[in-house]
Amino acid sequence: MFKKITFLFLISVVMIACTSSEENDPMLTDTFDRGAMLTNIADNIIIPAFDDFSAKLAVLKTDGEVFTGAPNQTNLETVRISWFEAYKSWQHVEMYHISKAEELNYKFHMNIFPLTVSDVESSVASGSYDLNNPNFHDAQGFPALDYLLYGVADTDAAILDAYISDANAAGYKKYMNDVVTQMTSLTQQVTADWASYKSEFVTKTSNTATSGVNKLANDFVFYYEKGLRANKFGIPSGVFSTDALPRNVEAFFKKENSKELAMEALNGVIDFFEGKSKNENTGNAIGFKQYLIALNRQDLATKISDQFVIAKAQVNSLDANFYRQIGADNTQMRRAYDELQKVVVLVKVDMLQAFSVSVDYIDADGD
Amino acid sequence: MMNSKLQKYLNTPTNSAPLVVFRLFFGIMMLASIIRFWANGWIEKLYIVPKFFFSYDGFSWIQPLGNFTYVLFFICGLTALCIAFGFKYRLAIILFFLSFTYIELMDKSTYLNHYYFISVLSFFMIFLPANATFSLDAFINKKRYVQIPKWTIDGIKLLLGIVYFYAGLTKLNSDWLFRAMPLKIWLPSKYDLPFLGETFMQQEWFHYAMSWSGMFYDLSIPFLLLYKRTRIFAFVVVVFFHVFTRVLFPIGMFPFIMIISTLIFFDANFHQKIINAVQTIYSSVKIKTIVVKNYTFSATTKRIIYPVLGVFLFFQILIPFRSLVYPGELFWTEEGYRFSWRVMLMEKAGYTNFKIVDLKKGTFFMVDNSDFLTAFQEKQMSHQPDFILEYAHFLGDHFAQQGHKNIGVFTESYVALNGRLSSVFIDPKVDLYQQKESFKHKDWIVPFLSEIKIKGI
Repeated sequence: MFKKITFLFLISVVMIACTSSEENDPMLTDTFDRGAMLTNIADNIIIPAFDDFSAKLAVLKTDGEVFTGAPNQTNLETVRISWFEAYKSWQHVEMYHISKAEELNYKFHMNIFPLTVSDVESSVASGSYDLNNPNFHDAQGFPALDYLLYGVADTDAAILDAYISDANAAGYKKYMNDVVTQMTSLTQQVTADWASYKSEFVTKTSNTATSGVNKLANDFVFYYEKGLRANKFGIPSGVFSTDALPRNVEAFFKKENSKELAMEALNGVIDFFEGKSKNENTGNAIGFKQYLIALNRQDLATKISDQFVIAKAQVNSLDANFYRQIGADNTQMRRAYDELQKVVVLVKVDMLQAFSVSVDYIDADGD
Repeated sequence: MMNSKLQKYLNTPTNSAPLVVFRLFFGIMMLASIIRFWANGWIEKLYIVPKFFFSYDGFSWIQPLGNFTYVLFFICGLTALCIAFGFKYRLAIILFFLSFTYIELMDKSTYLNHYYFISVLSFFMIFLPANATFSLDAFINKKRYVQIPKWTIDGIKLLLGIVYFYAGLTKLNSDWLFRAMPLKIWLPSKYDLPFLGETFMQQEWFHYAMSWSGMFYDLSIPFLLLYKRTRIFAFVVVVFFHVFTRVLFPIGMFPFIMIISTLIFFDANFHQKIINAVQTIYSSVKIKTIVVKNYTFSATTKRIIYPVLGVFLFFQILIPFRSLVYPGELFWTEEGYRFSWRVMLMEKAGYTNFKIVDLKKGTFFMVDNSDFLTAFQEKQMSHQPDFILEYAHFLGDHFAQQGHKNIGVFTESYVALNGRLSSVFIDPKVDLYQQKESFKHKDWIVPFLSEIKIKGI
C-alpha cells in the first residue's frame, strides 16, 4: 500500500514538474543538424581552402624552380609574388590540425616563426640537413622562404648574387627547392586525405573528444588563441616578455606583409565562425554561430560577432608593417591584442560552455 | 553524563551480517577503483606529469612522491583487497584510509565529492568491527561474532543519508529548479545517445523534470530506504538513478559504489543469503570456529571512540553549512563549496591569465599557463579563487627566483556560470602576491553581478 502511494507521489511530482514548465516554454527539438554544419564546413570552407592553397603552392613550386634554374630579377619578383599569395592562402588552413595534418605535424613544417637563421645558413653551407627533424621546424616553411627571398642580403642585387656568385649559391638553391618540395609534399598528403576523410568527418557528430564538432571547436579556439592572437600580435608586442620583441613579427624579412597576413588569418577565423563559404556556395551558411543560435545563445553569438568587428577595425588601423608599428607606437599594437583577447574569453569560456565541449582531452571523472 | 536512552541505544546489538557484507563490497569496489585509475594511466597524468600541485590549506607538505606514487596506489589497492577478505582488518582499513586520503590531498585539482566520501567512510570504518565474521580474521582467530552494536551499521546509514539528503538540499536553488541549470547545458550535448539523445535530451520540459526529480530523489531516498515497506522500491529507484547518471555523465565508479553501499539498508536475512552464497563456494573447508554471540567494545575503547565518532558525526552534519558564514554568492566565490555534497550543481568555466608586473618600472608580461599547469589543472584553476591565489604565489616565487624584482602578480580573469555571459572574476587591480590564503572572505573576488541572481540554499 505504502509502496503504491510513494510511487504515485513520485510520478505525480515528475508530472507536475513537467507540465508546469511546459506552460511557459515552447517545445524545443534538436532541429540543429550537426552533420549539415560539418558538411558545410568541410565542403564550403575547409576543402576549398586546401584546394586554393594547393594550387597556389603549386605555382610557388614552379616559380621557385624557374627562379633557382635562372636566378634573375624578373624570376625573383615572380616567385616573391607567388610566395606571398601562397602565404596568404595558408592563413586559411593552418587552423585545421585534424586527421592527416595532425598525424604529420603539418603546421609545424609550414609556419613556425621566428626563423632560426643560423640553422638555415649552416644547412645551406653544409648541404646536410633533415627537414623532418623536429629541431628544424623553425628553419623551414614560409619563414625560411621569407628569409631566402628577402633576407639573405640587403639589396635585390645582393640577394641575386647569393644564388649566382656566392660560394654557397648551389646550397641556397637546393635549400629553397627542398623547403618548397617539403611543403608541397605534406600539403598533397593532407589535401588528398581530406577527400577520403571528409565522409568520416561529417558523420562524426557524436560528443566525444575525437568527434568532428569537438575537434573543430578545440582547433578553432586553440588556433585563434595561439596561432593568431599570441603569435601574430601578443609575442611581438611583448605581452609575454619583459620587452617587446618586434623581430618576432610574421614575415620579418618582408615586414610590410605582416599586417596583410594577419588580416587574412583574422578573416579566415571570422568566416569560419560565421559559417561563410570560401567558394561561391552561399546558400547554407551553417557554422558555430548558427549552432550557438540553435542552442538559444543568440546573445553570445551576437557578442562574438560584434567583438570580431571591433578587433578587426583596430587591426585595420595599424601600420601595414607591424615591426614599424611596434617601434613607433606599441600601445596601438597592444590595443589590437586586447580587442582580439576579448574574443578569446567569449569563445573559450562561453562558447565552449554552451557547446558543452571540454577544452582538454583528460577524461578524468567528474561528479 | 550520557542519558540512559543513549546508553541503551549504544548497547543495542544487531546481526553483524550487513556490516561484514558491506565490508566485502567496499573492499572490492575500492580495489576495482584503484585498478581502473591505474589502468587509465591517471596516476601518471595527474600525479607524475604536473610540475606544480595545488594543496589544501595546511597540507602543502603532502606532495606526490614521484615514482613512489605508484607504491602508494599499490598499498591502497592491496589494503582494499585485505579489507574485502577481512584480513588484518584494523591495520588494513587504517592504511587504506591513510593512503587514500594522502592521494586525495596531493592535488586538490582532482577533488571530487565521492573521493571525499570514501575518506569519510573509511575513517568511520576504522572503528567498526567489520571483520566480526565472514572474514579471514575470524577464520584465523577461530572466533566469530553473531551480533555487533547496532550503532555501527546505523552510522554508515547516517553517512550515506547525509550525502543524499545534503545533495538534495543544495539543489534547492533557483538555478537548479527554475532555470534547469546546468542540466539544460549538459543534457542537449548528449545528442549522440541512442533513442534519448535526439528526443528527450533536447526537450526543455525534460531538463526541468530531471532537475526536479533529482532534487526529490536526493531528499527522499534515505527515508525511503529506511522504511521496510518502501525499501525495495527505493532500491530499484537507486539503481535506475545511478545507472542513468552513469550513462549521461563521466562519473566513473561512483554510481556503482553508491548502489552497492545502499544495500546496507536491507535487513540481516538478505545479507545472510549473500554470505551463504559466497560460503558455498568454499564450503568444503570446514574449520571449527567458536561462535560468540555479542561483539562488544571494551570500556576503554568506548571512552575513546564514542567522543571521537560523536565529534566526527557532528562535524559531518555541520561542515556543509559553513558556506553560510561567507558573504557573496556561493557558486561564484566557492567559499565553503567543497566538502558539502554539492554535486553537479554548476557548469562553471573560467579563463584566468596572470600578469607579472615590475611594480617599480611598471613593465609587465603575461604568463603562459601551459608552462606550469596541465590542461586539467588550468581548467580547475581558472574558476576557483583559492587555486588562483595559490598559483599566483607560486608564479611570484618562481619569477623572483629567476631574478625578477619588485614583483606584483595581477590577473585577467573571466568566469561564466550556468549559461550566463562571462564576466570579470578577480579584481584586476589587486596584487595577489600580497594576498594571504585564509578562511576569511576573499574580498578581491569581484562580486557576482549578473542580473540573474541565484536564490536558495
